[in-house]
Amino acid sequence: MSLAKRIIPCLDVKDGRTVKGVNFVDLRDAGDPVELAWNYSNQGADELVFLDITATHERRKTMVELVKAVARQINIPFTIGGGINEIADADALLNAGADKISINSAAVRNPALIDELAKAFGVQFVVVAVDTRRLDGKNIVHLNGGRIPTEKETFDWILEAEKRGAGEILLTSMDHDGTKGGFDNLFLKQVNEAVHIPVIASGGAGSIQDFVDVFEKANVDAALAASVFHYGEILIPDLKEVLKQHHIEIRTTH
Amino acid sequence: MIGIIRYGAGNIFSLTAALDRLGIKYGMVHSEADFEQFDRYIIPGVGHAGAAMNKLQQSGMVEKIKAIQKPTLGICVGMQLLTAHSEEGDANMLDIFPIKTKRFTDSAEYKVPHTGWNQVYSEKENPLFKNIPIGSHFYFVHSYFIEFNPTYTLASTDYSIKFSASIWRDNFFAVQFHPEKSGKFGEVLLTNFSNL
Repeated sequence: MSLAKRIIPCLDVKDGRTVKGVNFVDLRDAGDPVELAWNYSNQGADELVFLDITATHERRKTMVELVKAVARQINIPFTIGGGINEIADADALLNAGADKISINSAAVRNPALIDELAKAFGVQFVVVAVDTRRLDGKNIVHLNGGRIPTEKETFDWILEAEKRGAGEILLTSMDHDGTKGGFDNLFLKQVNEAVHIPVIASGGAGSIQDFVDVFEKANVDAALAASVFHYGEILIPDLKEVLKQHHIEIRTTH
Repeated sequence: MIGIIRYGAGNIFSLTAALDRLGIKYGMVHSEADFEQFDRYIIPGVGHAGAAMNKLQQSGMVEKIKAIQKPTLGICVGMQLLTAHSEEGDANMLDIFPIKTKRFTDSAEYKVPHTGWNQVYSEKENPLFKNIPIGSHFYFVHSYFIEFNPTYTLASTDYSIKFSASIWRDNFFAVQFHPEKSGKFGEVLLTNFSNL
């Protein structure tokens, strides 16, 4: 038997509030990340990702408070990312109850950060998030949500990240993100076959079939999405039912 | 009331948060003198098993733990501490269970650490797994596993090989997965333990 494929809603948080529009009927406060997280967890989400986009110097404090609030209420694992630049940031989040941290730009600028975090906390704690976009026929790592291209080829960077101690890769295709036209199954398959750590697919989810495809075609370990869940276009119980019909191993919660 | 044995291995925020949500009372055990005030114990643990055993020895609580007669639950590395030996650090452990902790062999199909939701199959009737359907998913994060043993394995999981997801001997219970992160069924297990 193998591990269940994971479904991961992603919440963008700024100053302790979720920022992307959310359209749930039963929520008292759709901007409260903890209530949203609780709702997803109850629906059968297998894991949650919080991306903190707070820009103020108070950010570490707000992230720690958020992580504590989530850990108090939520009974599934969760990852927090955004603005983690050093061991002290990660340590504070671990002690507040985070299961994993996600690093992106900081790792590109200082790849040794991956080694340091893996050594300090174990590889299972370190998710390396990679934003990729096609440029002149190549997959190139981008920073700042896909706006700034780097010198790095995505495939090479992912292999380097694994070697340095990444425990998981969160790969977002910026060409697919927001299109709702499906995940980048070809590239995800290529990456997934090249690494020995779990790969989370991100960018492009628009329909339940897109999730079926990414698991069947790319065989990734998890699929992440934001808006299709936030706007109620895809309900997690419906999604899991269809995945089950396709004999894709998922966690059942009843 | 549950005494959580503190010997310096890992943070327990998520565990205490789960107990708080469930309304299960707990306190901390820092030394031998603290044991008497509790009627059951949890031995938590994350990280390196050999290093955890060293810390436990330094805490001076080893003999007291081996002599416990009350219900005791080891979680993750806290489970591995109860075995005879771990390949992680080639370390001798508490030897409450005469079985071994070994490392997974990684492969393209079976990535290590074994991280995520996997199915747990009860091998025996036991109140710890009351109201938990056979084959329920629990959340695992580990690179080392406890070998399957027909005498001591209470529940098993398959991941390249069949191993012990849970072991049981007299008043000692242990789980490899994290009940505090395993959704509803993890909470049921913690509640079951508090009612043993």
